[in-house]
Amino acid sequence: MSRQRWAAASNSTSQKATSPAAAATASYPKARNKLPGLAVPKNTTPTTKPPLTFPGQLAQSTVRGYATQKQATAYIHEKKPFDVERVRHDFPILKRVINGKPLAYLDSAATTQKPRDVIDELTRFYNEYNANVHRGVYKISEEATAAYEEARAKIARLINANSPNEIIFVRGTTEAINLVAQSWGRTNVGLGDGIILTEMEHHSNIVPWQLLAKERGAHLKYVGITDDGHLVHEDFRQHLESGSIKLVTMTHVSNVLGTINPVREYIREAHKQGCPVLVDAAQSVPHMPVDVQDLDCDFLAFSGHKMCGPTGIGILYAKKSILQAMPPYHGGGEMIREVHLYESAWKDPPYKFEAGTTNIAGAIGLGKAVDYVSGLGLRNIQEHEQELTEYAHDRLGKVKGIRIYGPENPRTKSGVISFNMGDVHAHDMATLLDEDGIAVRSGHHCAQPLMERLGVSSTTRASVYVYNTEDEIDRLTQSLERAGRIFKL
Amino acid sequence: MSSIYSEIILDYYRYPRNKGSLPHPQIQARDSNPLCGDIVEMQLELDEKNTVKDVKFNGQGCAISQASASMLTELVKGKTVDDVRKISKEDVLSLIGGQLTAVRLKCALLSLKVLKTGVYNYIGSTESTNEELSSL
Repeated sequence: MSRQRWAAASNSTSQKATSPAAAATASYPKARNKLPGLAVPKNTTPTTKPPLTFPGQLAQSTVRGYATQKQATAYIHEKKPFDVERVRHDFPILKRVINGKPLAYLDSAATTQKPRDVIDELTRFYNEYNANVHRGVYKISEEATAAYEEARAKIARLINANSPNEIIFVRGTTEAINLVAQSWGRTNVGLGDGIILTEMEHHSNIVPWQLLAKERGAHLKYVGITDDGHLVHEDFRQHLESGSIKLVTMTHVSNVLGTINPVREYIREAHKQGCPVLVDAAQSVPHMPVDVQDLDCDFLAFSGHKMCGPTGIGILYAKKSILQAMPPYHGGGEMIREVHLYESAWKDPPYKFEAGTTNIAGAIGLGKAVDYVSGLGLRNIQEHEQELTEYAHDRLGKVKGIRIYGPENPRTKSGVISFNMGDVHAHDMATLLDEDGIAVRSGHHCAQPLMERLGVSSTTRASVYVYNTEDEIDRLTQSLERAGRIFKL
Repeated sequence: MSSIYSEIILDYYRYPRNKGSLPHPQIQARDSNPLCGDIVEMQLELDEKNTVKDVKFNGQGCAISQASASMLTELVKGKTVDDVRKISKEDVLSLIGGQLTAVRLKCALLSLKVLKTGVYNYIGSTESTNEELSSL
């Protein structure tokens, strides 16, 4: 199935990528001259690899200027041609056959599959320039350092951070949130202070705050959700006005319901009370344009493995002034300026928060993943998922006995569809779908408070990404109907 | 592909035998599978010869965990505690029939784990029992 519908929508700024084929004819360095340091869309089938270049220095010198960066981010976020069949060729794992059927991978909210570019870059790092960063004064260490720092710059461009120095490499969203709780939280949250969360948070945005609240004698306040999975705005206002709120921490997109929360509006309101906001963007940055300067969030956390990158690497973004005031999270090598027997001095952010040897290969792999999703265009990704979600709501909604949780209007949510069917338990459903080669998630999705709110112990969740097709949604529908027949619903 | 969800499994899931609770159980235990949220509780009443006079289970979760718990109660009824102790994984799996993946095996064997935990607590546990329980 070839999709050309976005080609017509290309505007004048997208001439660099009128078609993947045209983009592939532009040589790598030449394309970079046009817009320095940008992810250059390549032909989706790897033909000739670009030469091993280390544009780190270039990025440092040319991309920090706001105008260039804004231009870069606009390019990453804009609409470009999109062809799902081409995209599928980039993911080797999609050739797998499960139980005699082609793998239909519908669990990207848990982790996405990896394109060949990312897999190859990891191998290339270990084969060709593996070395520790920031220390060696020899060739391959300089290459590794440049690639590592270039990855940081790419991520800054992706989310439009003011500077790569606002980008901290961590293990994932969970570590990013724990870092904020332990470093910023222990400094700024005290006895009787409040932290606002929502009932749709992932455990990783609940438990770190429970630990902090217990230690500091602070309390947690939850924004409730409506029956169709939206936040109760009034709860938020009341909590904010109750005073002594030190932080608002909330998910951008629910990993269970797909609800896209109006974080920008909430941030405005919180800032009016002088209260900083952390956004859990694990389910948004991979799927839609996210601009931290536009949101004006104080912290933003996301994971690499949910956006085509390797596992074990993720990002904490925070405003420069906040990072400068925060004490270190972990002590050790790499994060220090000077160490004496009884006291030490720290490096400036981001290095202050990157103690020890970090996940260098992971960071470089994530840089490649950012190139990949940037090449597809975040607006395109969002639209592709939106179409699939609408299609899925339409098809799944007609299956006998099904109940879909969250927003009824698929246009107000991302590509996450949680459901239950009759008295079929989610785990039984996942096993039945697996028999048809369909991979979905089942269980509480690390959101037990939300499950309680929905009044269920578990749900089955199908989630889509760049490589999913309407055909796969059809297969899901048929397999659900088969499950219904087996369970005699 | 044939499904693990046979008529028998679904029948035990929908119409569980021996579901409920006993007023004076000598043996009882409860466990859950944190991964799935399956919960199974087992209660056994013994007569003076240490034979299982009555047995009930309670719980919630997937068809595999609940059906296997119900099937297991039928298996232990009338057996001596010593015979109950000898029930193996294979015995439970043959009741269920079909091929289970490693993750779903945990669902199938949860009730056996609960049963054995109760039995071992009753007769006094030894080191080897801990090893056996952790293998379930």
